Amino acid sequence: MRIGVVALQGDVTEHRAALERLGAETRPVRTPAQLAGVEGVVLPGGESTTLSLLLRSSGLEQALLGAFREGLPVLATCAGLILLARDVLDGRPDQVRFGLLDAQVRRNGFGRQVHSFEVDLPVAGLGDRPVRAVFIRAPLVEAVGPDVAVLARLPRGPGGRGEGSPVLLQQAGVLAASFHPELSGDDRIHERFLRQVAEGTTSGQRLAG
Amino acid sequence: MAAQDAPTATTGTFRVKRGLADMLRGGVIMDVVTPEQAKIAEDAGAVAVMALERVPADIRAQGGVARMSDPALIEAIQRAVTIPVMAKARIGHFAEAQVLQALQVDYIDESEVLTPADEAHHIDKWAFTVPFVCGATSLGEALRRIAEGAALIRSKGEAGTGNVVEAVRHLRAITGEIRALSVARPEERYAWAKRLAAPLPLVEEVAEAGRLPVPLFCAGGIATPADAALVMQLGAEAVFVGSGIFKSADPARRARAIVEATTHFEDPAIVAKVSKGLGEPMPGVELDRLEQRLAERGW
Repeated sequence: MRIGVVALQGDVTEHRAALERLGAETRPVRTPAQLAGVEGVVLPGGESTTLSLLLRSSGLEQALLGAFREGLPVLATCAGLILLARDVLDGRPDQVRFGLLDAQVRRNGFGRQVHSFEVDLPVAGLGDRPVRAVFIRAPLVEAVGPDVAVLARLPRGPGGRGEGSPVLLQQAGVLAASFHPELSGDDRIHERFLRQVAEGTTSGQRLAG
Repeated sequence: MAAQDAPTATTGTFRVKRGLADMLRGGVIMDVVTPEQAKIAEDAGAVAVMALERVPADIRAQGGVARMSDPALIEAIQRAVTIPVMAKARIGHFAEAQVLQALQVDYIDESEVLTPADEAHHIDKWAFTVPFVCGATSLGEALRRIAEGAALIRSKGEAGTGNVVEAVRHLRAITGEIRALSVARPEERYAWAKRLAAPLPLVEEVAEAGRLPVPLFCAGGIATPADAALVMQLGAEAVFVGSGIFKSADPARRARAIVEATTHFEDPAIVAKVSKGLGEPMPGVELDRLEQRLAERGW
């Protein structure tokens, strides 16, 4: 299985390493041509303002939008989730908005880096063992639409912030985390994404454009 | 789940500190001295800004003791942008670092660009929730800083010169020593630790992984998009640009061009395209004309 990792800026290496540990072939994607032949794509963590500019100048914004409409599955973490969300609070008016995920998110919703944290996170469908979830200047998901499945909620944030808020979301072929599953060495969320990609290709499931 | 049974969220772990450095990879961190410059940097695609009172070129020109910036300036810059804001503390000046942590800066640069406050000791960075970046000229220096708790290493280069030669020297020194260490026999690692004046467990970690345990960024003397492409190809994972942007003729365009070149460092056609017509770069100085080598600060 070949997965493209958008490699404009951010923690590309960790996503590629996680996917390759699971037996997938990965390819860094910096141009529209590099999307050809990938069966799924990852939007990594990074700075969403920077990623927005680079997505636009590289032509990947339009190329990805087209691919998403064709049903290309996507795993998005942190900044990636912000780019996919329908409604972004505290974002720049000109930032890229793929709008595939029916969610309202607030950038840096937990505060500055001193409030970044890690926590044991129970995830639906991944058994009793929690995922060690790392939140770095993370977005806070404030609301989700009816078509979004919430796979995990934050048990307790730093200083009680964001308690009970959704942190792992799925909508059709979109799997989006406000934390960084690629940073903890626990590959179960990437494994779920690869399973989703494999099943999606047989069921012909399509994303809502 | 009942709140009292909920697992505790832990701030300030090494993974959380290093995690922000991971998110900055492939990006450009720009020195700014006003909120207006911070906005220009953010609009150009900076992944973070370094809030300063004077860029290194001016510190060099004006002389005197260079200290932590005025907290009011740092706060004004924090209000101006949504990207991470870093600030510098003097080497060993843990009280300045405490102030910067109280201001909730996102990263502290314990920097040789400021006048050192301690000639023997760096800050104990484990004692802080805010992560630290430190400069290094060699693998041994990098590992000593990591042992003290730094979550990110940058080459020192020679700040404020617009001359990339020292940054190249430091990057080649660090990556070359890592390559040599990674093929050394296991029993040779003790002598490596002694020679590097670095803790054995860190030396072993680098030998096994073939890389530093934290990201390696480049700083000091980057002035053009091609400079950024050069250091990225030499193994830097992101770049700091100090005086190079706001000491040039057209800061907004140059900043944007350096951002593009840092992402597309392997594509000379893109680096060529963004390098066109940027106007005058910062003037720059030859290293043998320098009265003071900032890179020699740090122990």
